[in-house]
Parts: sequence; C-alpha cells; structure tokens
Amino acid sequence: MHRTKVRVVEDALDANNTIAAANRSDFERSGVTVVNLMSAPGAGKTTLLERSLEGLAEAGVRVGVLEGDVAGSFDADRISVLHLPVVQLNTDNGFGGECHLDANMVRSALPAVPLDDIDLLLVENVGNLVCPAEFRIGEDAKMMVCSVTEGEDKPLKYPLMFRSCELVVINKIDLLEHLDFDVERLEANILQVNPNATVMRVSAKTGEGVDAFRDWLTSVSARVGATA
Amino acid sequence: MHEFDLSSAIVATVRKHAAGRQVRHVTLRIGRLRQVVKDTLEFYFAIVGKDTVCEGATLEIIDVPAALRCNNCKREWEIEIPAFICGDCGPGAVEVVTGEEFMVESIEVEDEEDAACTAPR
Repeated sequence: MHRTKVRVVEDALDANNTIAAANRSDFERSGVTVVNLMSAPGAGKTTLLERSLEGLAEAGVRVGVLEGDVAGSFDADRISVLHLPVVQLNTDNGFGGECHLDANMVRSALPAVPLDDIDLLLVENVGNLVCPAEFRIGEDAKMMVCSVTEGEDKPLKYPLMFRSCELVVINKIDLLEHLDFDVERLEANILQVNPNATVMRVSAKTGEGVDAFRDWLTSVSARVGATA
Repeated sequence: MHEFDLSSAIVATVRKHAAGRQVRHVTLRIGRLRQVVKDTLEFYFAIVGKDTVCEGATLEIIDVPAALRCNNCKREWEIEIPAFICGDCGPGAVEVVTGEEFMVESIEVEDEEDAACTAPR
C-alpha cells in the first residue's frame, strides 16, 4: 500500500472565516456595524439589550437584533416589544441544537434582516462560554456579559472567550450586597487574561451603568467606514 | 465541548485536500491557547469522520506552546497559566507569539491506483 503525504497547512476554520468575510462585506455594503454578544446562559444578555437599546434611537442609531437560541423565540419576543427589527435564529433540530452561532448560520438569517434600515446589528449568541469564541460571524466587535453570580475565576477558566472580547460587561451588580463576591478580583482576573479589555459594571435590572454601555454601542456604531 | 465542532472543521478541511483519496493519517498543529482536549478531539474525529475518507485515519497533534513577547523589553517567554502580563513592564506591550494555531498541517493519503476502496464516498 503506497501512501502519499500531502502538505496542507491550512487553518481548519478557514471555511467558516470565508463565510464570515462574506457576511462582513454585506454588512459593510449596507453601512451596518455588527456586535457579537456572548455570555454564559443566564448572565443577562437579553435583559441588558432590553434596558439599553431603547435610548439608542434618540442617539440616532437604528438598531436591529439577531437572536440566536438553541430553541424557542422567548428572547425575540422580549426584544420585539421595543419595536426594533428582530430576527430569531434557532440552532435547534427538534431536540436541542448547536451550542453557538457560526458564520453560515448567521448568513442563512441575513435575508430576513433589514440591513439597509439599520446602523447597528446586535447578534445575541447562544449562551455558552466556550464554542462561540471559536467562530467568527463577520462582526466588527465581540463583547460578553459576565454576571456576579458566576464566580471570580471564570476568566481564568475560559480565557479563550475572555480574550476574544473587547468589552466585558459585569452584570447584576445590584446583587453584590447579597453575595460573597469580590468584584475587584473578577476585574483583575479579566485584565490578567485580556489586558486590553474595557470593563464595565452594570445592573441591567436597576439601570446602573447602562448609560456607559449605551455610549459604547454608539461609539462602536460610529466605527463603520472608519476601517473601510 | 467545542471539540465536536472543531472535529467537523478538521474533517471538512481534510476532505477538501484528500480529493476523494482514502486518508490514513492527519497531522494537526494546535496551540495551547485553543483549549483543545486531545482525547475528546480524537473521539469526535472518529465519529464525524465515519463514512467519509477520514474513516479510520489516525490523528497526530503537534502541541504548540503558548509564547508571549513584551514589545517594550523585548523579552519572550512561555506561559502555563493564562497571564498575559510582562513581569517587568505590565500588560501594555504584550503580544502572543505562538499558541493560537489551529492548523491542519499535513495528511497522508492512499494513492489512487492501489487504494483499498475505490468507491466514491
């Protein structure tokens, strides 16, 4: 039996990255900035969006939301109350689906997203601290929500995720008085893993810190064309 | 848990380069920062590769250490824990030199004329 060695030297995620680049050029053509929003399940991504997106229209930023979920349209239903364009993207095949969004799934949802009517598209990824960090979707910025009920050591356990994000929102700070949680230690761990990260303390429930997050979204949406 | 999807990506890349030939061996180059569990990757590779030209192929993983460089003091070092900070200069000028690789390096395929199975797969 004769064997031949074939030199490949190719990033195994190239196929995903190629589709991500196609998404990206569609976004750029429509002048849309895209934020990939990630977190563990239950960190408060949807609540943060409910709190922060309302004021953005007044700041002149037209927002759309792409909701990625394993199943159901619970999150999309919550966001649709804000009268924003919302598209639900399920990864489910009936009994639980993919644990993350990849470029191809986002691409399949794009025909339903009114790209020409928005400036900023927020893609709420599936709740998971591992897989979403691996797959580019054509975004301009990656961010994550990390809540104070999760433990200060999470950046050290999931460095791939924490390193991939330029913004880390620490959510549920209204609970700090009830918890034995060292928020300074969490912040130090975030910065140890990702020294360039912007870190914000927020309570999506009370609204504390949400203005700063809204300002960040506004500044990100102004990036469009800046790099093109 | 991401190993299933990574295995799918590897199988897709290998199939493209195998061009229908039976694959016997796959060499990967994976950086430490990718947080890949080798045993899990091998387990899923066997499952995802079933009924493809990858079925039965052995997997070899070249482990690439996580190396950092401080562009301020020009020092280079390897890390065993996720601490991206220079002991002398702080975090400002630290960059990753190696450790983020996720490459299919090479594959070994059977030559067409004496391949055991010539049926299209």
